[in-house]
Amino acid sequence: MSDAFDLLYSETEEELRSAVRALLADRCTPADVLARAETGRPHDPELWHTLAAEIGTAGLLVPEKLGGQGAGHREAAVVLEELGRAVAPVPYLTSAVLATEILLGLGCEVPEAAGLLGELAAGRQVCAPALPLTQAPGAPLPGAVRDTGGGVLTGTVTSVADAVAADVLLVLADTGLYAVPAAEVALTPLVPLDLTRPLATVTLEGAAGTRLADPATARAAVAGALLSGAGLLASEQVGLAEWCLTETVRHVRGRHQFNRPVGSFQALKHRLAQLWLDVASARAAARAAADALATGAPDAPLTVAVAQAYCSGVAVRAAEECVQLHGGIGMTWEHPAHLYLKRAKADSLALGTPGHHHALVADFAELPSP
Amino acid sequence: MTAITADQLLTRVRDLLAAHPPADTGRADFLRARFDAGLAWVHYPQGLGGLGAPRSLQAVVDAELEAAGAPDNEPRRIGIGLGMAAPTILAYGTEEQKQRFLRPLWVGEEVWCQLFSEPGAGSDLAALGTRAVRESGTGDWIVDGQKVWTSSAHTARWAILIARTDPALPKHQGITYFLCDMHAPGVEVRPLRQITGEAEFNEVFLTGVRIPDSHRLGAVGQGWAVARTTLMNERVSIGGMRLPREGGMIAPVAAAWRERPALRTHALHQRLLQLWVQAEVARLTAERLRQQLAAGQPGPEGSGMKLTFARLNQEISGLEVELLGEDGLLYEDWTMRRPELVDFTGRDAGYRYLRAKGNSIEGGTSEILLNIVAERVLGLPAEPRDDKDLAWKDLAR
Ligand SMILES: Cc1cc2nc3c(=O)[nH]c(=O)nc-3n(C[C@H](O)[C@H](O)[C@H](O)COP(=O)(O)OP(=O)(O)OC[C@H]3O[C@@H](n4cnc5c(N)ncnc54)[C@H](O)[C@@H]3O)c2cc1C
Repeated sequence: MSDAFDLLYSETEEELRSAVRALLADRCTPADVLARAETGRPHDPELWHTLAAEIGTAGLLVPEKLGGQGAGHREAAVVLEELGRAVAPVPYLTSAVLATEILLGLGCEVPEAAGLLGELAAGRQVCAPALPLTQAPGAPLPGAVRDTGGGVLTGTVTSVADAVAADVLLVLADTGLYAVPAAEVALTPLVPLDLTRPLATVTLEGAAGTRLADPATARAAVAGALLSGAGLLASEQVGLAEWCLTETVRHVRGRHQFNRPVGSFQALKHRLAQLWLDVASARAAARAAADALATGAPDAPLTVAVAQAYCSGVAVRAAEECVQLHGGIGMTWEHPAHLYLKRAKADSLALGTPGHHHALVADFAELPSP
Repeated sequence: MTAITADQLLTRVRDLLAAHPPADTGRADFLRARFDAGLAWVHYPQGLGGLGAPRSLQAVVDAELEAAGAPDNEPRRIGIGLGMAAPTILAYGTEEQKQRFLRPLWVGEEVWCQLFSEPGAGSDLAALGTRAVRESGTGDWIVDGQKVWTSSAHTARWAILIARTDPALPKHQGITYFLCDMHAPGVEVRPLRQITGEAEFNEVFLTGVRIPDSHRLGAVGQGWAVARTTLMNERVSIGGMRLPREGGMIAPVAAAWRERPALRTHALHQRLLQLWVQAEVARLTAERLRQQLAAGQPGPEGSGMKLTFARLNQEISGLEVELLGEDGLLYEDWTMRRPELVDFTGRDAGYRYLRAKGNSIEGGTSEILLNIVAERVLGLPAEPRDDKDLAWKDLAR
């Protein structure tokens, strides 16, 4: 068995984590997130600027020669852990991971793609892929957008995440992949279950875009990006689950009923111990996925499917336990537990449900259905 | 002194192979030579089977020796010695004890068993009642009592044993740890047939057993601290096995699924995939723990691994019996055997299913391990308890 994979965090990764965590502790408390969510415009552009440009997280996946940090998936995964821990409403998964990976997948020969990558990496622009958030790796890609001639696009894409924050959309049409300025499209914001990752319907009616790739290249690039996105989403889910566990432990240690801390009751201790175990396991699965993506391991698709099949459930359960073990407080709007539950549940649909990823495991591990 | 490198270790391995070619060296001779070369457990001190090297380098040695066709010391047959007795002797033994016991233990010439549990003391191990009384004059200890569930007692040459030396003290004090000769007069081993039909564990009756003071491990009355070292190592060694992807309990189920399409149903497929994923994640978690240990950052994941391992083994073996349909109704053989080996994965699906039931009991029950995780890892408050300061002799029994 190969020993090549590394499931730990390096010192540089821990430094990156500290920087991101400190910023979020300062500028993105649960109270901040809730206050913004209630305005219907959850994104905080200034926070994004600091995170993306000043700390330099937006360009982690982008090579230095294209204006990025030249780091990789392991580092991006650490950023996502921290963003999950804070349910931070920033377009990291969409712009710095999915859109960035699509552009990287086109190769650097396309000058427009390289130019846009540099803008994203520097945090100067935000780009949302015009795909439903539920689009899974290995599932058929939507084909609703058509080029009516000369790069004039028509069609509708539903449930596009972070489109409201985007300067540019990456649109997959029958004739290839297009970069479309946000001003060219009509957005209909939807009321999302997850208040921290806004959704919109994107309507193109004769929108003009720049063609970046032919259909085959475009589809391959999108497929690769969906794989990375799914693998890295596991780290967001780990960070989210860890916050839920930590906060719940803190609460049950301090909350007294029957003249004892409720956390001294074995029924709760066992549930929380089991949850800790699940979070520790989810971390190993998510690290394996990040590492496999970083090294381009041949079994990366299987490792990603395993991580997604596992981590979604852990995040949802951690958030559900968090609500339950907080009792009445857990059901209130003021307490942030609901933000985590909503993100966790939405994340379990994003980029493929656990059921979809189980089916992928069946394919990769050659365990065919009846 | 700088630590030895992987290259230096490989040179030592090749020197060993050159001086003792496995093909024309007797098995025990080869293993003794390997021990003496410090290649048994490389992180142990020099002269005691090791070289004071980083623990992570053991894998390098093992791989090289395996590739050369060298015999191993059948680690599963001597698991209690390797996993529990050895680290405890290393931590608490006198120089003489280490010199006397570690080599034959590692070579496998002397099998060890663990005389801890008693009919009245399982999870509450510190309540044990086996007595050890010091004989004036000789200074020897005379031991009387009964132990139970003792795996491998019938093949063991030595035992780690805890006994009460002062009943007037609270239960965690007044315990002393001994190395007990299983061939000593007064040691009687009776097979205890178990759920699988075989007798891998035993009852052990100790009647007037004489143990010289030189076989005491650690100070008189310090036995609980010594035992905790053993128990911590036990949990890591049960949960921490290194497996390839789809290794362990999931392997025969996946194989049956592939080879016998007629057994497939949609409901079983869902369960199989879920357990396959969980087994893969457990493998990665164990690997991460191993990497943490090797990097010198022992994480708390160790106590958790055994919990996962027990639950998964039970669920997977349960699925396997069901998957097999009519064949799942059959059992290979109910003859009472006395196996030399504690075997979780061997024999047929029915055996695996039944044996796995012990995984959440042996080496600390899952309930007790969840308490440990909750209290020591998460810092949740301990259960209120009223037995801590009572003298052992005054406890309710
Ligand atoms: C296959 C097998 C091999 C073994 N081999 C050995 C061996 O080689 N040497 C040796 O010394 N021992 C051995 N054991 C014994 C094993 O360590 C004990 O069985 C175990 O520690 C449980 O003790 P008990 O059987 O007395 O159960 P009890 O302690 O009586 O427990 C009964 C039930 O109560 C639960 N329980 C007890 N206390 C608590 C609590 N505080 N909170 C919640 N639940 C609790 C337990 O989890 C269990 O479900 C072996 C056991 C098995 C099954």
